[in-house]
Amino acid sequence: MSTQNHDQVHDHPGHSHEEHHGPAKGLTRWLFTTNHKDIGTLYLLFALVMLFVGGAMAMVIRLELFQPGLQFVNPDFYNQMTTMHALIMIFGMIMPAFVGFANWMIPLMIGAPDMALPRLNNWSFWILPFAVGILLSTLFMDGGGPAGGWTLYPPLSLQAGNGFPFTIFAIHLLGMSSILGSINIIVTIMNMRAPGMSLLKMPLFVWTWLITAYLLIAAMPVLAGGVTMLLTDQFFGTTFFQAAGGGDPVLFQHIFWFFGHPEVYIIILPAFGIVSQIIPTFSRKPLFGYAAMVYATASIGFLSFIVWAHHMFTVGMPLAGEMFFMLSTMLIAIPTAVKVFNWTATMWRGSLTFETPMLFALAFLFLFTIGGFSGLMLAIAPADFQYHDTYFVVAHFHYVLVPGALFGAIAGAYFWLPKWTGHRYDEPLGKIHFWLSAISVNVTFFPQHFLGLAGMPRRIPDYATQFADWNMVSSIGAFGFGLSQVLFAFIVFKTIRGGAKATAEVWDQAEGLEWTVPSPAPYHTFDEAPVVK
Amino acid sequence: MHRVATNARHLLTGLALGVLAFPAQAAWTLNMTQGVTSTAQEAYDLHMLVFWICTIVGIGVFGSMIYAIVVFRKSKGAVPATFSHNTNAEIIWTVIPTLILFYLGYVTAPALIRIDDTRNSEMTLKITGYQWKWQYEYVGQDYSFFSTLAASSNAARQLGSDIAPASVENYLRDVDKPLVVPVGVKIRYLLTANDVLHAWWVPAFSVKRDAIPGYVNEGWFKVDKAGVYRGQCAELCGKDHGFMPIVVRAVPRAEFDAWLAAQKSPSPAVAVASAAVAAN
Ligand code: HEM
Ligand SMILES: [Cu+2]
Ligand SMILES: [Cu+2]
Repeated sequence: MSTQNHDQVHDHPGHSHEEHHGPAKGLTRWLFTTNHKDIGTLYLLFALVMLFVGGAMAMVIRLELFQPGLQFVNPDFYNQMTTMHALIMIFGMIMPAFVGFANWMIPLMIGAPDMALPRLNNWSFWILPFAVGILLSTLFMDGGGPAGGWTLYPPLSLQAGNGFPFTIFAIHLLGMSSILGSINIIVTIMNMRAPGMSLLKMPLFVWTWLITAYLLIAAMPVLAGGVTMLLTDQFFGTTFFQAAGGGDPVLFQHIFWFFGHPEVYIIILPAFGIVSQIIPTFSRKPLFGYAAMVYATASIGFLSFIVWAHHMFTVGMPLAGEMFFMLSTMLIAIPTAVKVFNWTATMWRGSLTFETPMLFALAFLFLFTIGGFSGLMLAIAPADFQYHDTYFVVAHFHYVLVPGALFGAIAGAYFWLPKWTGHRYDEPLGKIHFWLSAISVNVTFFPQHFLGLAGMPRRIPDYATQFADWNMVSSIGAFGFGLSQVLFAFIVFKTIRGGAKATAEVWDQAEGLEWTVPSPAPYHTFDEAPVVK
Repeated sequence: MHRVATNARHLLTGLALGVLAFPAQAAWTLNMTQGVTSTAQEAYDLHMLVFWICTIVGIGVFGSMIYAIVVFRKSKGAVPATFSHNTNAEIIWTVIPTLILFYLGYVTAPALIRIDDTRNSEMTLKITGYQWKWQYEYVGQDYSFFSTLAASSNAARQLGSDIAPASVENYLRDVDKPLVVPVGVKIRYLLTANDVLHAWWVPAFSVKRDAIPGYVNEGWFKVDKAGVYRGQCAELCGKDHGFMPIVVRAVPRAEFDAWLAAQKSPSPAVAVASAAVAAN
């Protein structure tokens, strides 16, 4: 297998390949770059910044909920915070983070020199800061930011201030960025695999991203259509969602969740992929049931399009509809369970070590499973009448999103940081970060199950005194979790700036093409395709 | 500046009070209410059924993970095996969850059908959501009224109010005029909204339905036990979404009839009688 550093091979005097120079200097390097590694870095750093922007909003929310009564913000601003927190975390933080991983790792994993459409790649990133900037700017407009929940249900979402069209425009831009990124990923995977890298030899991370990209291309335009209809309802006299004009407010919910449920799998599948790279590495054993994992991912992808109305059990669907969506939702637990079993079986009779990436992957395994269990509970429609729109749902989706998707991303960051920077991160600090995060995330979100079951609705700025105790616990956990992530940022920057030199392989017997190139990965890799046996 | 200082003071007193109040309040509720309707009991039973299924599966899954983590450690000299699949195991752990889910579907479907069955109801109640109050109408009785957050809670919940929520009885869960319903009567409710979406939720009844402008949703409940039951709006409806509670007084049939008659003919004598009923 070819492992040379192509920069070294080609950088002798007199060679003519113009594209083989190193990175440009200064700011323009980042503005005009078409290099997948630069763009991956941009995405990842952007996501890290957004983690703190969205996190700050979460801190406002938990501060207000620390005790009953209104102490800090008025209810309208509180609603802006919950809405913005979700939009920023989903569209500004976790999705860009995984696109960053895709940019950095997919070419390295399939032995491609770069992404297939490098200029498009630059554009899909640079749309993002503007989109998020526009979204954030609505907070300072007359009437404030969006306050109707990230689900944007009309008619409430139409009771908005001057920021409304800007919110819609920002969502369009964010969607465009995702679609362009997805096209690039699909084209790269389909066309640029090294000889011998058949589809069923691709690392699982590449597979999960391939399926995610298809989900994105299918789902994002639906959201774009839905929010455009909101826009025309507001400004151009249509009444798609207004009962008074013959429209239907529930139609929007169907459109939204037809996008929204695939969206939650768009968020989790890349994390599945990352964990599927990490667990085998630190178990020193191949991934158990590779083919089953691919098929499970594909069936999750398919099923995610036929379960959407489980978010709408209380809207008053006909019995047949409730029944169908209840049963289809239960079905999706099967491929999810298969994945959990396969990860466990991968560790079985392995030879395990517990470096920070593995610790985060294990926390993912345990805590994502808890989120899967509560998902199954929510699928039971008669019980969902009690759970729906309570803190039980908030607990469910935070278990799958924070120790699920976010821990997957953090695990991946520790796993590949040495490859990206050429330095090993500070292992003791990484472990401290892990334990602080793993404990505080549970202190934050586990009590929310109890709150929901006791009857506390979600999206309220103030609550009855019987909910005071668990809310205080949850807030304390949240402050701890927020602080722990400052440590993460510190560790990342420390690793970028220096540290013990990493070898090409980085981890003991790590498998995969990315570990055959030096660390840090040279600016250009695989100019000559490696041959995969 | 002043605001920040007051807020900080609120936070500190809150912290102190909160810590002191922990044992006193003792509201560390963990589980769903069993409620006072057959639907709520059914929801509770299904909830516990899935919970125990998840717990048992969880013990198996988490148990094997922990076993693997403890036993197959490199530091203990574990040598990695090389297997990467096992068809029998994979079939078994696909089939078992499938069977469990079939079982769950099988027990849940009839409950869903019962919940949907509004036939044979004895009275009809129309509930309309407004920003931010509820309107209750006794259909065919020509009587309706609005129900809004109680004044005591409303005063305490203002930003920076100096009234401690703990000092207000039923903080945020009290209304000026509760809904009154008869016990043991199958009540069909019709639910709609006037402006934006709302959802009418009383946990003890396990009734949670969206109130949607332009739609009339229907459902039913039959309260088995007299008492006062509290709930609140469960669908984000704007800034005061957290402040439109629901209070239902379930009373014996005769008492209900007397109350309704009194409401409809507000002659002084009957009004006094009804006030007495409302008070006890
Ligand atoms: C076993 C698999 C899962 C099942 C059966 C499941 C089921 C459900 C159900 C029925 C709801 C609606 C609850 C309600 O509003 O009453 C829900 C909400 C939600 N789920 Fe899951 N879920 C699963 C996995 C996931 C995953 C993997 C994610 C994302 C990573 C996720 C994210 C969410 C989110 C964000 C919501 C709430 C959306 C909102 O209302 O704002 N779920 N889930
Ligand atoms: Cu869903
Ligand atoms: Cu509401």
